[in-house]
Amino acid sequence: MLLIPCPYCGKRDEHEFTYAREGHIARPTNGEQLTDAEWAQYLFMRKNPKGVHYERWMHAKGCRRYFNVARDTVTHEIYAVYEMGQPAPVIERENGR
Amino acid sequence: MTQVNRLPHGGRVDSSKPLRFVFDGRPYEGYQGDTLASALLANGVVLVGRSFKYHRPRGILSAGAEEPNALIQLGQGNRSEPNLRATQIELYEGLVAESQNRWPSLTTDVGAVNSLFHRIFPSGFYYKTFMWPKTFWMKYEHFIRRMAGLGKCPTEPDPDRYDKLHAHADALIVGAGPAGLAAALAAGRAGARVILVDEQQEMGGSLLSDRQAVIDGVSAAQWVANALAELRAMPEVTLLPRTVAFGYYDHNLVSLMERVTDHLPPTSPEALNQPRQRLWRVRAKDVILATGAIERPMVYIDNDRPGCMLASAAQTYVNRYGAAPGKRAVIMTNNDTAYQVALDLVDAGVSVAAIVDARENAEGELVATARARGIEVLGNHAITRVGGKLAVREVEVRRLTGDGKSVSSDGRTITCDMVLSSGGWQPTVHLFSQARGKLKWNQDILAFVPDKLLPGQNNHSVGAARGAFALTDCLVDGFAAGTAAAHAAGHTEPAGSTPVAGAEPAHSPMREMWVMPSGKPLGHDGKHFVDYQNDVTAADVALAHREGYRSVEHLKRYTTMGMATDQGKTSNINALALMADLRGVAIPEVGTTTFRPPYTPVTIGAFAGIDKGDFLDPIRKTPLHSWHEQHGAPFETVGQWHRAWYYPKPGETMHDAVNREVKAVRTSVGIVDASTLGKIDIQGPDAAWFLNMVYTNAWSKLEPGRCRYGLMLGEDGMVMDDGVTSRIAENHFHMTTTTGGAARVMAWLEDWLQCEWTDKKVYLTSVTEQWAVIGISGPMSRKLLSEVAPDLPLDDQSFPHLSFRDGVVAGVKCRIFRITFTGEATYELNMAPSYAMHVWRALMQAGEKYGITPYGTEAMHVLRAEKGFIIVGQETDGTTTPQDLGMDWIVSKQKPDFLGKRSLQRSDTKRPDRKHLIGLLTEDPNEVLPEGAQIVAELKDKPPMEMIGHVTSSYYSPNCGRSIAMALVKNGRNRMGETLYMPYDGKVVKAKVTEPKFYDPEGARING
Amino acid sequence: MVETYQRRSALAHLGLVARAASSSTAGAGVIMSEVPHRTIVNVRGTASDVAFSSAVQTATGLALPSAANTVSNGGVWQIVWLGPNEWWITGPDGEAESLIEALRANFAGQHAIACDVSESRAIIALKGAKARDVLMRGVSLDLHPRAFRVGQCAQTGLSRANVLLHLVDDTPTFEIYVLKSFSDYLWQWLEKVAADFNLAVEA
Repeated sequence: MLLIPCPYCGKRDEHEFTYAREGHIARPTNGEQLTDAEWAQYLFMRKNPKGVHYERWMHAKGCRRYFNVARDTVTHEIYAVYEMGQPAPVIERENGR
Repeated sequence: MTQVNRLPHGGRVDSSKPLRFVFDGRPYEGYQGDTLASALLANGVVLVGRSFKYHRPRGILSAGAEEPNALIQLGQGNRSEPNLRATQIELYEGLVAESQNRWPSLTTDVGAVNSLFHRIFPSGFYYKTFMWPKTFWMKYEHFIRRMAGLGKCPTEPDPDRYDKLHAHADALIVGAGPAGLAAALAAGRAGARVILVDEQQEMGGSLLSDRQAVIDGVSAAQWVANALAELRAMPEVTLLPRTVAFGYYDHNLVSLMERVTDHLPPTSPEALNQPRQRLWRVRAKDVILATGAIERPMVYIDNDRPGCMLASAAQTYVNRYGAAPGKRAVIMTNNDTAYQVALDLVDAGVSVAAIVDARENAEGELVATARARGIEVLGNHAITRVGGKLAVREVEVRRLTGDGKSVSSDGRTITCDMVLSSGGWQPTVHLFSQARGKLKWNQDILAFVPDKLLPGQNNHSVGAARGAFALTDCLVDGFAAGTAAAHAAGHTEPAGSTPVAGAEPAHSPMREMWVMPSGKPLGHDGKHFVDYQNDVTAADVALAHREGYRSVEHLKRYTTMGMATDQGKTSNINALALMADLRGVAIPEVGTTTFRPPYTPVTIGAFAGIDKGDFLDPIRKTPLHSWHEQHGAPFETVGQWHRAWYYPKPGETMHDAVNREVKAVRTSVGIVDASTLGKIDIQGPDAAWFLNMVYTNAWSKLEPGRCRYGLMLGEDGMVMDDGVTSRIAENHFHMTTTTGGAARVMAWLEDWLQCEWTDKKVYLTSVTEQWAVIGISGPMSRKLLSEVAPDLPLDDQSFPHLSFRDGVVAGVKCRIFRITFTGEATYELNMAPSYAMHVWRALMQAGEKYGITPYGTEAMHVLRAEKGFIIVGQETDGTTTPQDLGMDWIVSKQKPDFLGKRSLQRSDTKRPDRKHLIGLLTEDPNEVLPEGAQIVAELKDKPPMEMIGHVTSSYYSPNCGRSIAMALVKNGRNRMGETLYMPYDGKVVKAKVTEPKFYDPEGARING
Repeated sequence: MVETYQRRSALAHLGLVARAASSSTAGAGVIMSEVPHRTIVNVRGTASDVAFSSAVQTATGLALPSAANTVSNGGVWQIVWLGPNEWWITGPDGEAESLIEALRANFAGQHAIACDVSESRAIIALKGAKARDVLMRGVSLDLHPRAFRVGQCAQTGLSRANVLLHLVDDTPTFEIYVLKSFSDYLWQWLEKVAADFNLAVEA
């Protein structure tokens, strides 16, 4: 059970949150001009990294705000939480982690 | 004859409190403070079980959680519990226990023939033999399950109750031996919030079995008593004896199981007044792992005979319980700790025939003391035979030769009734490893020790748990860790000085010796057991090696080593070391096993706590729930809501009741509780823009006071939800959603506003429960409403279909929506839930003369199906587009964008032959198709047939006088008039494809 | 208009008033009661916008709580922090309409809203020396008096219901706001847990 620092409410148990989706995927505003393949890229294709993953969570049992989390998919270490609209921080990690 | 092996002096048991108990039907007596294991030993019982595969007679190996052999079925009837370790069961008056895995009795076990056929029962035997031919597995399995089983599950519900809670601590300290107590004293004195747990009934750990140690100038036992008294007086310190920390999860969450009443007679008032067990979930800032170490048995031939025991266990039984495991011991060791055991035994009056030491030059302080006390020490020797079947009678010892791989040809027989072995100590790294910390090999102590922590976890292994076995190291480590944990949490009150241990004898180096040669090839004339519980021998490890299963993960799965209920606590290192030896590599190269929760088994009851029965999942009730209940309605579960299903009159079946309700709505007036509908208040200057984006149709021109049906798609173009949304004011809307979709839709809409359209000015508030909703539907609904809301003009001009008005109904302020889900004239009255019961009763009273009929969800479904109205989640399944449903009319062609729009242009969503929603009329009008029935166009004698769709909704319609059904069928809209087939229940039902509209297709009835 | 006796609180069906009459609170570890009706207005706006905060202050006489998870209390009104741009204004029963009217007038020209949610919540008061022992069986938050202080609030899960917890005083008294549909479940659950701590029911 992760302990997730909600940027607004503070540290809370994972069961208070819902995982939303991968972060930083902007909805194309020119959908009509995109090919099916380009649209599918936005719609279906997601990263599945071993290591830092930038993702979106929602504090469902708390403030109901969405926010971004930079989480290590191997260790579950949470490097950063940051508000919607902020750029993804660069995470410096030790070698081999 | 009672307690033949009870020692006249010593031990912490209370001989003034005798307790009677029954084992395998025979009565015995023990003392308060005994475990079942110590009481059995005190009574001279050494045979306590049969092994899993070979049904070998087994005795007690250990004195703690690591016990692999002494598995017990405890208690009777619905409280009977299998696979408990006798070493952890506290004795109580009237305890009843049985041995397991034997038939007909422990001493005469038919299954022991497996042992004679061990050549055909090697590792991997099941996989190799019984998997061919495949169809025979079922027959083999029946036989195997009976032969190779552990205890029996009770078949009655568990009568006990369980407790579950959350806790927080600055320091959670696991293990109350010297290191843990020192840590707790330091952290507690500094002012930290401390939870100290120990799996045993008494705190003190190894100090309780230690007759030599001195701390701060007093005996170990006295120091423990002083420390506990001091800790008990600290308000922020919680002491949890009888509590095992069984799971270490992410971000320092540790689960504990406290045995609250397991030490009491189960039906005593004291036990019945409390929960039986308590599950703690502790989020700790720091976890101090003072979990000690587990002794390893030596792997010598027939090392599983009853009477073969860990040396430290014998020491514990003698020193702590005053129970001698036997009269005369032979001790087999490769290190010094067993010498102290020998000295303690001799002190207690138990004779030690010899110490068989594998070391070539066994010297040092302890060895000298043993010799001085007259104990024979046989250096560079091995045990090469254990005589006796149901109990040890004698051993043969021989001199080791050369590299320790073989023995001299001549041996010597020593009479004894127990063999105590010590192969060294493995720190109890289970929790550290569960926390995904990395281990490293320490060649000095021949054991894995904690190395690197996983980032995000914060724990500290102290004392024996990190391989520092000396008492002084334990105290220093623990005290420092306790101080550090308190400081890190901001508590800095003075903690006094580190407890000081008295002088300890220096220990000589160990000898690395993983298997004791017997003079014969492994597996001949006896077995060298590695994993007792799963009957894995050194020969099995060698077989795994020969067959190429050489990494630890392969070794485990091939031999099942370490996969029994004890999770290999005494066997993993020996098996790894044997494999490393065979491969000629260092032990870490073979790998370490992965330790997973739980450390020891946990009852399911403890996980459930009180959350069973009605508490398994919350039941959401509407403000009218008690009315429905009083009127005999069964409830249908929709999400967590309980909705009235139908209202049977005396003597009515469900079918009768539903038909009556459905007819009443079409002929007079029905009343329904629709409070569960999701409702969202939408406000802000961009509210209309927002609705244009989330619905497929257009919203800009909807006038205030008017309502519109909307369909919501996922970004993949698939139907996600539907509902009616009304414009309250220019910048203010009231949205309704499906009951089941309410939470999902709210999260979905918030997602777009918070994450994507952050510049748009819209605020959403869930108002699902701000409004109770009562629907009145049917040709008499307008008349009824006019009587309870006399001030409200209801003519079609003043209050047209698809509009809402505010008014007073039965004296209560209501917002009334004129919308329909039945096709009849319908008014949905929204009011404060606190007045819902009053309004409902007023309507029932006023409607009596019209025969007003309450109707439930079933009638509601029939009514909407007659009209061909869809239910999202029933007619749709996440792969259904508006076009599939024949609802193109609601998809705007003009709007530049809305969620899902682009996906409707994808080649797959545009296909003309997708599954379409159609109606089905069965040939036999009384045949009601089962929902989910598969549909075929080309009927064959037997499967496989091409399945082209399935029935989504199916009912008997009293208004149509026949059955009706809707279905999703491949290319369905182009099959109008075709006959399709539904094979099920051994028959084939024919049905004709129609439009999915069965009643009033023109919609003439909405004005009543 | 309708007589007020026709109005039913969320837990009216449990007959708590009658139970309270026959139950003594003397020596009780936990005392439970229903707070039947209270005005709750959901307010959204930009906290940093002075126009918004002063609009709220004009209507209630209260400043928005400055810290997360806290409640500002002014006697008649309380403002409960729910999130970075969301609050509840709570107060005496029956005041929602006039409060919303006042707020909307003050919000003119701003992007800020008020929405009545008074009727959506039931409120259970749980107090007594063992109140924390009851709550820690269903709440994963740290409720130690040093960690969760008087005047603090939190939205969280209590067993399987979503709640807002407010520590009102150091008795301690907790007020638990819960959606009405969950209130029967939550009351029964609390009552079952509290049975081990000598429960009394109060009107």
